[in-house]
Amino acid sequence: MAETTYIQAITQAMREELTQDENVFVLGEDVGAKGGVFRATDGLFDEFGADRIIDTPLTESAIAGVGIGAAMYGMRPVGEMQFVDFILPAVNQIVSEAAKIRYRSNNDWHCPITIRAPYGGGVSGALYHSQSLEAMFSNQPGLKIVMPSSPYDAKGLLKAAIRDNDPVLFLEHKRAYRFLKEEIPEEEYVLPIGKAAVKREGSDVTVITYGLNVHLAEQAAANLAEDDIDVHLLDLRTVYPLDQEAIIQAASKTGKVLLVTEDNKEGSIIGEVAAIIAEHCLFELDAPVERLAGPDAPAMPYAANLEKEFMVDETKIEQSIRSLALF
Amino acid sequence: MAKKEIRMPKLGESVTEGTINHWFVKVGDHVEEYDPLADVMTDKVNAEVPASFTGTIQELLVEEGETVEVGTLIGYMDVEADEDEVSREESPAIQQETEKTTEQPKQEAKPVNKRQPAGGGQQNKTRYSPAVMNLANEHNLDLTNITGTGLGGRITRKDVEKYLSGNFSRNLDTPKDTEAKTPAPADLKPGDKEIPLTGVRKVIADNMVRSSNEIPHAWMTVEVDVTNLVKYRDKIKNTFKEREGFSITYFAFFVEAVTRALKEYPQLNCVWKDDKIIQRNDVNMSIAVAKDEELFVPVIKNAEEKSIQGIAKSIHHLATNARHGRLNPEDMTGGTFTLNNTGTFGSVSSMGIINHPQVAILQVESIVKRPVIINDMLAARDMVNLSLSLDHRILDGLICGRFLTRVKEILEGMDEDNLQI
Repeated sequence: MAETTYIQAITQAMREELTQDENVFVLGEDVGAKGGVFRATDGLFDEFGADRIIDTPLTESAIAGVGIGAAMYGMRPVGEMQFVDFILPAVNQIVSEAAKIRYRSNNDWHCPITIRAPYGGGVSGALYHSQSLEAMFSNQPGLKIVMPSSPYDAKGLLKAAIRDNDPVLFLEHKRAYRFLKEEIPEEEYVLPIGKAAVKREGSDVTVITYGLNVHLAEQAAANLAEDDIDVHLLDLRTVYPLDQEAIIQAASKTGKVLLVTEDNKEGSIIGEVAAIIAEHCLFELDAPVERLAGPDAPAMPYAANLEKEFMVDETKIEQSIRSLALF
Repeated sequence: MAKKEIRMPKLGESVTEGTINHWFVKVGDHVEEYDPLADVMTDKVNAEVPASFTGTIQELLVEEGETVEVGTLIGYMDVEADEDEVSREESPAIQQETEKTTEQPKQEAKPVNKRQPAGGGQQNKTRYSPAVMNLANEHNLDLTNITGTGLGGRITRKDVEKYLSGNFSRNLDTPKDTEAKTPAPADLKPGDKEIPLTGVRKVIADNMVRSSNEIPHAWMTVEVDVTNLVKYRDKIKNTFKEREGFSITYFAFFVEAVTRALKEYPQLNCVWKDDKIIQRNDVNMSIAVAKDEELFVPVIKNAEEKSIQGIAKSIHHLATNARHGRLNPEDMTGGTFTLNNTGTFGSVSSMGIINHPQVAILQVESIVKRPVIINDMLAARDMVNLSLSLDHRILDGLICGRFLTRVKEILEGMDEDNLQI
């Protein structure tokens, strides 16, 4: 069986859902004939036609707004933002409309829209093409934020997002698109939203992270295993709302917790994870909870050396785990 | 000037910790390289820690009487020669710290350092994490009994868990264990003298308690007629001393006899290793040597390869060194069986405590002239009792009885005709 890349897994998920459910349609800038800026919708235009793979004007608020309207009317739109950096004009639609319509209408209306957007740096994208904006959306009840870490998860979770009856923000690490590949089952599968996954069982240090950093943490853990440092790795998969039970279990497992994100440290998702651990795991903790994150700088620099300094990588993760293990 | 670390050296293969008995130096003293800094006591051996550099003592971090792990930072020196910063006699943890600093200086300067005091030492030994406190409460543990493997000697959750998994079954088996270990404190009456349990005495005490608690002892004694051996030894002792410069003792003959018997009954020539027993091929005979308040157990290595003369020479050397405090840690390790010369104190019957991890100990009592009946006639014979203590977990009466009978046979067969020294 051939290996599937992260982006191919995403295309497959959309193709399967487009095939199964005629209410599913895709909209976004250049998603049609061009097949998307990253080619996530490659081939879908030819297969499903212009009525279901819709090119939109350069207006993110319209992608979200049109999608939300269609969703409330019974459709299952999949909107694509070219980069999460460009989602900001659509925030009002997403936060004030999509996330709140079920509550506001006392359950009469709901909004099954999926909004896909590539995030993250490490691709020389600089200021407007490298941001991680998940934290900005992560205190909006009514919204779900899914950030898969592997091709297998990307496919199973995107299908779940499309089928979900409420809005889902689906964030894909753009460096993972062609960097991560693996064999995935041919038969259909759907993964649950809201559930974290234990990627590795260990007894020395617990690492909790999401997205591309899961892969980097796996590499670090494999290196550390040679030195008998046994890493327990939890992939959050859904970063809002968080899988509290899984976080508590993972943190309690070793009592030494490293939280990793590529986002700026202050106010990031992992701060909330730390709070959950502080609330529930005090008597299991054997070391201060540690965070490894991007610096609190306004943007990802373009200069390669500075970008490298900004990004979390497997060496940094390995060093942080090592110092926790020694503590 | 450069600041150099002084660390607790490794004073022997199995030594993991040592007690600073006495500092020969104080802060501000100038010392030459190789000058003794401190007198350190490890399991049954005293040794000196020499200075690794010439310089001035800047700081001493460990008090006299304090026990620290091998590799622990015990002080700092100021050294004239300007070498690279702080040199380290690596312990693995420190090595990794160093790697980290060189690779990612920025990373190291980050929060990690805020809560981690530099260097090793024991400064975190009593800083307990919530997890450790919780476990200690739950299981009613005295944390001072646990050795910390974390940074600065911190007790980690894993250390406690490891301690619990090691101790739990024993606690269940003998619930009175802890009571027995801590007898009610005795009142000090006028004229009484309080003797603190320090130094070698404490090591002996700990080892004895451990052996006595862990090992189910059983005992047996045989009576051996060594009249012929005594005759022979009396005959040669003067010429031997003239020739060799030291006395030939009875004990050398006993070592020889027991060694030969051990080669035939290797079940007694064993050591415990975790849950296994290792049957040793070499016979390394531990012998007890007393010196004032202290007790040393040096080892005659490869006794099976030595003649009686060679054994006598080894005993002479080890005993002399022990009495002058000159034993190396190597002289004290690797024993596979212990022969204890209780006869020197006039004892005719005693029950030895096995020297862990060995599985048996044999006491050689006084040789006493006694009336004995041989062929229905009374005779005056030189008799000696040999008392064996055995670890009843793995040895039993049958095999030990055979072993003792064999030792008796060998000893009773030692006479002028078959001994040529």
